[in-house]
Amino acid sequence: MTGVRVLVGTRKGAFVLTADAKRADWRVAGPYFGGWEVYHVTGSPASPDRLYASQYSGWSGQLIQRSDDGGATWEPVGNAFGYAGEVGSHQWYDGSQRPWEFKRIWHLEPAGGDPDTVYAGAEDAAVFRSGDGGRTWQELPGLRQHESGPLWQPGAGGMCLHTIVLDPAGGGRILAAISAAGVFRSDDGGRTWRPRNKGLRSGSIPDQEAEVGHCVHRIARHPSRPDVLFMQKHWHVMRSDDAGDSWYQISGNLPSDFGFPIAVHAHEPDTVYVVPILSDTEHYPPGGQLQVWRSRAGGHEWEPLTAGLPQRDCYVNVLRDAMAVDGLDECGVYFGTTGGQVYASADAGEHFEPIVRDLPAVLSVEVQTLP
Amino acid sequence: MIRLVLPAHLRTLAGVDGEVELEVAPPVTQRAVLDALEARYPVLRGTIRGHGGGPRRAFIRFFACQQDLSHEPPDAPLPGAVADGSEPYLIVGAMAGG
Repeated sequence: MTGVRVLVGTRKGAFVLTADAKRADWRVAGPYFGGWEVYHVTGSPASPDRLYASQYSGWSGQLIQRSDDGGATWEPVGNAFGYAGEVGSHQWYDGSQRPWEFKRIWHLEPAGGDPDTVYAGAEDAAVFRSGDGGRTWQELPGLRQHESGPLWQPGAGGMCLHTIVLDPAGGGRILAAISAAGVFRSDDGGRTWRPRNKGLRSGSIPDQEAEVGHCVHRIARHPSRPDVLFMQKHWHVMRSDDAGDSWYQISGNLPSDFGFPIAVHAHEPDTVYVVPILSDTEHYPPGGQLQVWRSRAGGHEWEPLTAGLPQRDCYVNVLRDAMAVDGLDECGVYFGTTGGQVYASADAGEHFEPIVRDLPAVLSVEVQTLP
Repeated sequence: MIRLVLPAHLRTLAGVDGEVELEVAPPVTQRAVLDALEARYPVLRGTIRGHGGGPRRAFIRFFACQQDLSHEPPDAPLPGAVADGSEPYLIVGAMAGG
C-alpha cells in the first residue's frame, strides 16, 4: 500500500507518523528515546526501512540509533566521533582561538545507493562518514582542516554543520553548510573542500566579499537538477545555478527573507517553499501569522499559503531541518514547529492540517514515500 | 560484588532494572568499576565518561556513602563499603537541563 512515513525529531524524543496515500488518517508512534533531544531522524533512500536517528542529551552526550524495521525497533550503534589528526582551533566569540570540541550530530545524510553508508554533520563543524551502518565513524578531515578553519566562528546555535547534500548520481560531489562559516563543496568525495560563498551578503560581517563567515541556514535542490541550489540564509533567500560557484538573491516579495528551512517540490524543480520568520531576534512569523510561501518560478515571485495555518496569535518557529516533501503524485509538504505542531499538506501546500499539535518542540521533519 | 545504580536514562539505554551487580577485582576504583560496566553494557561507552576511559562527562556525578566522589582521581580506591557491596556506587545525572 502506498503511503508516507513522517520522521519527527523533537526536544524530548522521536516520533513516527504514518498514513496511506490520502494522508488524511494518521497513526502516531512514539516517543522513542523519550527525554533525549533528537536532532534528526531520516531514512535510507536505498532501503526505506533502514532509519538513522541522532540522539543527544546534556548528561550523556551523543548516541546514534538505527532501525531496520521502519522505526518499530531501534538499536544503538556507534557513538565514537573523534576528529582525525591534529584537532586545530577555530575562532571563538571573543576573537580568541578555541580547539575543536565534538558536541553533537545535527544532521544525518544516508547515501543513495547503500543503506550502510551514511554521513553525519557535527558540532563543532565536521563531516563524519560511516560505511558500516553507523557502527563506526571516520571524519573527512579535509573540511575541518581547510585553511580558513581558524576563521570559522559559531552562530548562536553553536558551530554546527547542519546540511549535507550528496550527489544524486552517486558521484563525488558533496556540499556542506556550516553556521556561521558558509557553504563548502568537495568534488572528490570529501577529501578536499572549497568555500562556495560568492554572492552571499551578510550584514553582520564587515567584509561583504568574505570567503567565509556567512550564516547559511539550509540548502535544498531537486535531484533532477543537481547544480541548481536554493538556500535559506540567516537573511536572504538565495539561488545558485552552478552548484554553488555563485549565488544570487531571490527573496523577491517575501514579507521577510529571514528563516530557517527551505524545500523543493518533488516533481517541479522550480517550485520552492520557505517559512518567513520576522527576524533573528524575533524567532516567530511576521504578524503572528504562520505562513508557508511558495515560488513556482524558482524564486523572486512568491505567494503565501495560509489555508489551515494559524493566522493570528502564532509565535512559533520552524527550524532548519523541520520541513520536507513527499514524492507522491500530488506532492505533500510537511513541517514541524517549536510549538510541537506537525502540519501536512497533501496538495502541494494549498491546504494544511495538523497531524499532531502537542509534541515537544520539533527539531526535524523528514518524509519517506513508501511503495 | 559491586552494587551500582545508574540514572534512569542510562538504565533505559542499557535495558536494566534496578541495581547492576558487577564483579570487580581489587583494587576497586572508579576506573575499574566503569571498565566492568562498559564491558557488560557496551552501549554505555561514551555516556558516562569519554571513550577509551576519558574524563567524566560534565553533568554526570559519582556518589557513595553520602560523599560526592566525582572529583576523586579515577584510580583512587573507592570506600570499603562500596568494595564489599554493602553500599551502592551511585552514578547520578546532575540537576541540570530542562
